[in-house]
Amino acid sequence: MKNFNNKYIFLYATALVAVVAVLLSVVATLLKPQQQNNIKNEKMQTLLAAINVSVDRDDAAQAYSQYFTTELTVGTNGEVLSVYDVPQQTLTQGETRAFDIKLKEQQVREREGKQGAFPLYVFEKDGRKGYVIPTQGNGLWGAVFANIALDADLNTIIGVTFDHESETPGLGAEITTEKFQQPFIGKQILDEQGNVVSIAVKKHADANALHEVDAISGGTMTSNGVSEMLAADLARYQAYIAQARNAETQQASKPTTSNQESEKEASNE
Amino acid sequence: MSKNTKLITNPLGKNNPITVQVLGICSCLAVTAQLKPAFVMALSVTVVVALSNLIISFLRNTIPPRIRIIVQLVVVSALVILVNQVLQAFVYDVSKQLSVYVGLIITNCIVMGRLEAFAMSNKPWASLCDGIGNGLGYGIILIILGFVRELFGSGTLWGYPIMEKLGLYNIGYENNGLVIMAPMALILVGIIIWIQRSSNKELQEK
Repeated sequence: MKNFNNKYIFLYATALVAVVAVLLSVVATLLKPQQQNNIKNEKMQTLLAAINVSVDRDDAAQAYSQYFTTELTVGTNGEVLSVYDVPQQTLTQGETRAFDIKLKEQQVREREGKQGAFPLYVFEKDGRKGYVIPTQGNGLWGAVFANIALDADLNTIIGVTFDHESETPGLGAEITTEKFQQPFIGKQILDEQGNVVSIAVKKHADANALHEVDAISGGTMTSNGVSEMLAADLARYQAYIAQARNAETQQASKPTTSNQESEKEASNE
Repeated sequence: MSKNTKLITNPLGKNNPITVQVLGICSCLAVTAQLKPAFVMALSVTVVVALSNLIISFLRNTIPPRIRIIVQLVVVSALVILVNQVLQAFVYDVSKQLSVYVGLIITNCIVMGRLEAFAMSNKPWASLCDGIGNGLGYGIILIILGFVRELFGSGTLWGYPIMEKLGLYNIGYENNGLVIMAPMALILVGIIIWIQRSSNKELQEK
């Protein structure tokens, strides 16, 4: 066996690592736009899926701007922090676009007692307005996600999509199937007083009950995770939903004048 | 049969990395619940083993023995990161399904095993063949497992609902949840090893 002196070994290791580092950074930089595009399109695709629009990932961006009108970010006191106009592609209020918000970061901020900002997507499909609330929580092995599409009343569920990071295939991973998601449609997230009660995922759920759906057999931990996720994340919109619904009923009962509009806005703050 | 062809065909049968050398079991339990990820994993591992074998074999006379494991690890890691980046950019769905397991190719015993046992002491061309052979040997077991597990666990093949199309659910057939769990993959590997050894005298221990 050849003998290598220390200097050679040192230089060899340094050179090898340098070459590899340069190579990897070049590749990572070159592929980054493509990868981010994939992630962005996938997010649009899942938002569209929640409102029952299924598109190829490549067409997602176009369909997104067709159906979605506004992206809002909402604070837990119901205040609107930013407004992004989707067709115009401009921020009309605030600084962050709801689409770019990382839900996890905001959840952590809130847990630390800071002000969080949570996205709310407004869409219009077949002439009818609706909202999509994205949620994120923990299943058994990793994160679980859902997009909950609500009707204009901010109460009735008209579509859902679930996704997960690493739940057990055939058990917890079944949350992505039609069989699990279908029963959510028509359920309501508010009780009669307008408080968020969310949807419970549980065994032997009553199909006619408004706030529960059937859990997955063998996927109890994932089902519980989904329940907790929905309860926690939907509750954050409680204040906003209450305000929006109040505004709606006021609008319905009285003819709107510009005076009342500004009054309402003042009371919102 | 030429020596190099043997290097490719041996690992498919009597020197199979999974069933004979019993390496790479961990990932073969993890990614075989469905056929598609199993196939992509097999392909990725084959690419990584073949290329790392080739590179290490080219470098073998310059690598100081005292840091050879570190050098091997750097080469393997670099290749794995490359594979992962490419998957994320071009087959995003699959890369999501494989998630952490691509990164774990680095720790796949087959890769390091072939580098130490073969590439460090053989010429580049032979090493490349050895790498391809072992990658395929690993892959073939993965694909068998993926086939059986997806078919009986989920009733689909490559995502195609074959059991439903055959109308088996209507006559009372049910998917078997156990097949999807990792332990069943181990049992299946055991069955493959059993079949292989009982039909091959050379492999039987006295």
